[in-house]
Amino acid sequence: MTSSLLFNVTTFTYLVSMLIFFTFLATKNKTIGIVASCAAYFGFVAQTVAIVLRWKESYAAGVGHAPLTNLYESVIFFSWTIILIYGIIELKYKYRVVGAFVVPFALLGMAWAQLGLESHIEPLVPALQSNWLLYHVITCFLGYAAFAVACGISIMYLIKESMEGASGDAQAGGIIAQFPSIRVLDDLNYKAIMIGFPLLTLGIITGAAWANYAWGTYWSWDPKETWSLIVWFIYAAFLHARITRGWVGRRAAILSVVGFAATIFCYLGVNLFLSGLHSYGAGR
Amino acid sequence: MTTNKRGFIQSVWDFFCSLKLSISLLIGLAATSIIGTVIPQSPPREYLESISQTKIALYSKLGFFDMYHSWWFILLLYLLTLNLICCSIKRLPRVWKFVSEPTLIFDEGLEKTLSLTHHFKMEGDAASLKDKMAAFLKGEFAEPVITEVNGEYHLFAQRTPYCRLGVYVVHFSIIIIFIGALIGSYFGYKGYAQIEEGTSVSTIENRNGRQTDLGFAVKCEKFSVTFYDTGAPKEFKSILTVLENGQPVPGFISIPIVVNSPLTYKGITFYQSSYGPAGMFQITVRDRKGGAPVKLAVRQGEKTPLPNGGFFQLLETTADVSPFMPQLSGPALRGTYMGPDGTSQQVVLLRNYPNFDLQRGGDLVMTYDGSEEKYYTGLQVAKDPGVWVVWTGCALMVLGIIIAFFLSHKRVWIRTANGRVIFGGTANKNQAAFQLVFDTLTDKLKQM
Repeated sequence: MTSSLLFNVTTFTYLVSMLIFFTFLATKNKTIGIVASCAAYFGFVAQTVAIVLRWKESYAAGVGHAPLTNLYESVIFFSWTIILIYGIIELKYKYRVVGAFVVPFALLGMAWAQLGLESHIEPLVPALQSNWLLYHVITCFLGYAAFAVACGISIMYLIKESMEGASGDAQAGGIIAQFPSIRVLDDLNYKAIMIGFPLLTLGIITGAAWANYAWGTYWSWDPKETWSLIVWFIYAAFLHARITRGWVGRRAAILSVVGFAATIFCYLGVNLFLSGLHSYGAGR
Repeated sequence: MTTNKRGFIQSVWDFFCSLKLSISLLIGLAATSIIGTVIPQSPPREYLESISQTKIALYSKLGFFDMYHSWWFILLLYLLTLNLICCSIKRLPRVWKFVSEPTLIFDEGLEKTLSLTHHFKMEGDAASLKDKMAAFLKGEFAEPVITEVNGEYHLFAQRTPYCRLGVYVVHFSIIIIFIGALIGSYFGYKGYAQIEEGTSVSTIENRNGRQTDLGFAVKCEKFSVTFYDTGAPKEFKSILTVLENGQPVPGFISIPIVVNSPLTYKGITFYQSSYGPAGMFQITVRDRKGGAPVKLAVRQGEKTPLPNGGFFQLLETTADVSPFMPQLSGPALRGTYMGPDGTSQQVVLLRNYPNFDLQRGGDLVMTYDGSEEKYYTGLQVAKDPGVWVVWTGCALMVLGIIIAFFLSHKRVWIRTANGRVIFGGTANKNQAAFQLVFDTLTDKLKQM
């Protein structure tokens, strides 16, 4: 069994899981909901095994490094962390339906990686030969994933709120009725960001520590650094908005979506459109 | 007049204390930070040539070419700092009072504000129930404070009250980080040193273009670069020795440094950053019509004067020419010949084929005789005494965030009267998790 085959299995499973989640939305059948989450978890297990296999394969190929070093590997890890954070939120707060808006992000990542990205295991260039790589990448991506989940929840909030109005008196029918109430969505959004913000902070700090160790500057206003700080500013604004009158609910949900858009730009846009120190993250 | 003045000062104070200002500043910083990622900072000439003069004038005036050090960006950072100091000054005493002087009396007014309350009927008078409840709280939750009011006893117990201060730890940590950054910028420097193999330097060029004396010397004993089979670089390695008054310093002799493994001496750190060829390349120049050949040593990038009044500039060299010229092999170099009449011509010289340059048909004929294999190593040099302050700030920030996000201030009250016990509680965060704690306590009370 190769990691590549298992990554294909993962992609397919996430696709199936997403379709079952949509069916769950339409039918409101509890069993279908459970099947949908189980499919997502099965994909997660397959993906975990595949990541470990790829790690082993890199040793077999004589380059030996954690599979976190190029765009292909990072996109796969990102989609893994998204399902992980979704799993934590689902198991803790029991709102299964959130999966319908989160699994598609993971599927999108896997499909892009498997269909569009170069999957060769490459040896580590000197700049990446450091243990900081592991700490930095893992903390950043767990943070990004929490923001992805928060974004999915915020989209649900915005849909539900526009159907029902801010007060939540008018109960919307159909698919929307499946959604948790807007108060719960608002709270879940906050909880996901409470997971993401400390992780992003750690990600920025480990990045700064690594930069200081490798280049002698903990902060050089490189585009990647700057964008990570932009993301941090946006979520810091979000956290302060929570305790300010008039900023709860709709505006907080919009900030969360904007924050995730900035996160994605920080992750992909900077490598694709801007030049800087993180050039090894770019695709070919 | 005085009331106006006080009103004015009050409104300035309110302005700097407001959360709306915090949110606006954070979003403002996020939005303006984008500019510097789109417009190159300290841009190269090619970029400046590609944009119009008006744009250059406008961007320079707005400080866009060094945006993160422009007066208005720094001002935004100072405003944010001022804002969080004011917010903390305004709110901290209230929070401190809340923590240090908790509400001890569990009257009906307080009971109404709590969502979690429970009434029990129990055998015993108020005083004996008080003792029972005090033991219960001490064993199951936290040591209570007991107050007697009109024959009824009020018990108050709390857990992790200090977590309300977590937010202020985060705010404080940001100030610490800024202080660390200021220390670094006033008492430290960043620079670059280029050292040829076998030579040493004692001054470096810092980022403002000034020469800085290190107070000691660093010698590059050797530089080496290795590659993977794919052609990607595997390791850049410099072997460095620190010299004091020309003498090697014990413990700092022939230290290998690679990317991600720098060398620090007396608070100054040397980081492997770049490398290049430093050797001289020997060429021989003779007139086509005859005359004595002249031997010259040329260096990459430099213009070397030629006997006829022209110049030769070496552009690039290779150890093996076959990838570029398939039928040929051996070392080669490429350069530009600038004749005395101002014309210029490309020159390719091959060491294994001394007559190759005859084909060019110029007045001068050149040959490439060989080179010494020598590199220079490029080192980033940094001294930053503020860096530990910054790390302290970062550690405080993580600690503060964990306290503020994941701990909650849990408070419970018990009122005992004859035959009755009233139990209530609240948490400032994560009410759902607190409800579980409260329900467990309630169940245990029921069984008493």
